[in-house]
Amino acid sequence: MSENNGRAMLEIRDLRAEVEGKEILKGIDLTVTQGETHALMGPNGSGKSTLSNIIMGRPGYVLTGGDVIFKGEKITGLTTDDRAKRGLFLALQYPTEVPGVSVVNFLRTAYQAVKGEQMSALAFRKHMKEQMDRLGIEDAMVQRYVNQGFSGGEKKRNEVLQLAVLQPEIAILDETDSGLDIDSLKLVAGGVAELVGPELGVLLITHYQRILNYIAADRVHVMMQGRIVRSGGPELASELEEKGYEGIREELGLEDAPNAAKPVGAPE
Amino acid sequence: MAVSQEEHLKELSKGYRFDWKDPSHSVFEPKRGLSTQVVEEISELKSEPDWMRRYRLKALKHFESRPMPWWGADLSDIDFENIYYFIRSTEKQAQNWEDLPEDIRGTWDKLGIPEAEKKYLGGVSAQYESEVVYHKIKQELDEIGVIFTDMDSALRDYPDLVKEYFGTIIPPNDNKFAALNTAVWSGGSFIYVPPGVAVDIPLQAYFRINAENMGQFERTLIIADEGSYVHYVEGCSAPIYTSDSLHSAVVEIVAKKGARVRYTTIQNWSTNVYNLVTKRAAAYEDSVMEWIDGNIGSKVTMKYPSIYLLGKGARGEVLSVAFAGKGMHTDAGGKAVHAAPYTTSVINSKSVSKDGGRTGYRGLVRVEPDAHHAKSTVRCDALILDDESRSDTYPYIEVEDETAALGHEATVSKVGDDQLFYLMSRGLSEAEATAMIVNGFIEPITRELPMEYAVELNRLIELQMEGSVG
Repeated sequence: MSENNGRAMLEIRDLRAEVEGKEILKGIDLTVTQGETHALMGPNGSGKSTLSNIIMGRPGYVLTGGDVIFKGEKITGLTTDDRAKRGLFLALQYPTEVPGVSVVNFLRTAYQAVKGEQMSALAFRKHMKEQMDRLGIEDAMVQRYVNQGFSGGEKKRNEVLQLAVLQPEIAILDETDSGLDIDSLKLVAGGVAELVGPELGVLLITHYQRILNYIAADRVHVMMQGRIVRSGGPELASELEEKGYEGIREELGLEDAPNAAKPVGAPE
Repeated sequence: MAVSQEEHLKELSKGYRFDWKDPSHSVFEPKRGLSTQVVEEISELKSEPDWMRRYRLKALKHFESRPMPWWGADLSDIDFENIYYFIRSTEKQAQNWEDLPEDIRGTWDKLGIPEAEKKYLGGVSAQYESEVVYHKIKQELDEIGVIFTDMDSALRDYPDLVKEYFGTIIPPNDNKFAALNTAVWSGGSFIYVPPGVAVDIPLQAYFRINAENMGQFERTLIIADEGSYVHYVEGCSAPIYTSDSLHSAVVEIVAKKGARVRYTTIQNWSTNVYNLVTKRAAAYEDSVMEWIDGNIGSKVTMKYPSIYLLGKGARGEVLSVAFAGKGMHTDAGGKAVHAAPYTTSVINSKSVSKDGGRTGYRGLVRVEPDAHHAKSTVRCDALILDDESRSDTYPYIEVEDETAALGHEATVSKVGDDQLFYLMSRGLSEAEATAMIVNGFIEPITRELPMEYAVELNRLIELQMEGSVG
């Protein structure tokens, strides 16, 4: 079953992938349904970002086995834009600058691309403004060029604004909390929490438990060395906070062997 | 500018959308090749004064005696003997679009000129082959003494003004192609703006080549009297032929004390047109001269709009965008000569090359002795979309006064995989994502344009992105 009471599902089955000839994902199984929030936690180098990039079809990430199924269809052969049009969204860990393109133009073009429909500038502005109000984003930001001169927090808030405006069914948030000070974290996480609801499924990728203070996860998964090693309810995050990844590693008898490549797009 | 997705996709599937051909409308049998006789005939057909006839013949001698430029783009395939130097398409210039032959009128309709005239222009000049077939200026402008007419009519109706300035900014012996233009010029615009008059809506000329192996040699002269303002816009296009056409214009501009002239070009020739144009402005005390130069089409373009800053406090700007796709070579840039104190110049050039196209920035900033406290900023940025394409920079700086302050910055970049992935993850196809990056790259130039032209330029760029997906 791929549809769950008409709710979209993202199913990852025995997924294996490599980057630059090195195997990073060693068989991942995970299902995220629209309306649910899953937290995927793991130490640096466990393969979390590789998973998000493989789901979105980023060049350089090579699928070597398994499937990604979205709304009942295999999407692994599709272009990235096609995946987005079907209702997937990835908030990037390192969003890129697009000089000369204002956030509002970018959002409108993207909106029309994913929805496959025309919208007048006025109608779009209204839709965007509603989302901005929900997230407490001021007008000045959308007039600026995409991510150019943005602080770390502004970049992440811009990702959340895109999520709000584009209204995907499943969103993957790749370390949306990384590099943020406590105030920015509150703003960004508060924004995501505002968007969580029956229409949105979230796969929240993070190192730290702290973002879960703002966003309630239905399920928590722990990833290590290219595999999901534990899954559970919200209590697993607290356990992790207590024991650390080291504790889980010892419990499961895993060797300490981080294996992921440097994330693509990470600042040099 | 946000162009709707649907329109955008429709455009992308069309390719060069100016590729239609009207049947020949020549009112006499045109001849190929260049000779004294051809020059005499052009002058006679136009019933010109004798001084112009002699001026043309002298220029022809310059043209014949000068070697081809050894620098810039490869011009060795131009066959001067195979070109038509003059084609007259209508007996008489029209003041109403309805008075034009049906298919010529259809051409202007397809180009959207009559509609633009109604919406936002102060005057329109429409040149088809060698002559301006339609011309009109808003009555209000006419009444306050603004002259906007074609060059042939100006020579007839304002002989003294024309004689005073013609060839003074760009003399016939300036370069080989200026000499050629002077010998066989036909059509183009003449503008005079009286002192203190600000023409606040643009005047536009559109140049259309229809015939194969056509040579179009329009001649434009703009005189902005003291404290006046004018914005002139030109556009152009041609059908695609397998053999080459030649467009070689001369544009002379005089900005008198305190005047401001803005000259915008959206060049979109088909890829069989050699576009070899000389443009120069003389800027007097406290005047402002701005060239905004968009080069999207043509087989070869060599064009370096220049500003001679001749009066204290004069200011000049050259903002240019050059695009080169498959088989194209665009060698463009700008020239600022500081010949008076406290003059400033800005040259900002953006080039985009793809599918083996080649762009070049070629610029000169010269500060003459005694032009003290001159200031100049040059910035050229190249964006290269694939490994086959190329971009070169040839900046020249000559400074003979030590109080000059000069800045030069150049960058070369490629469209990054991370940028593409980011935009594609938001639903844009690779071609759309590339077009968005390119439009963002040239945004510092397009934001200077009136909205209609900014949209047009962005669309032309988007069209050129078609097929950029490997």
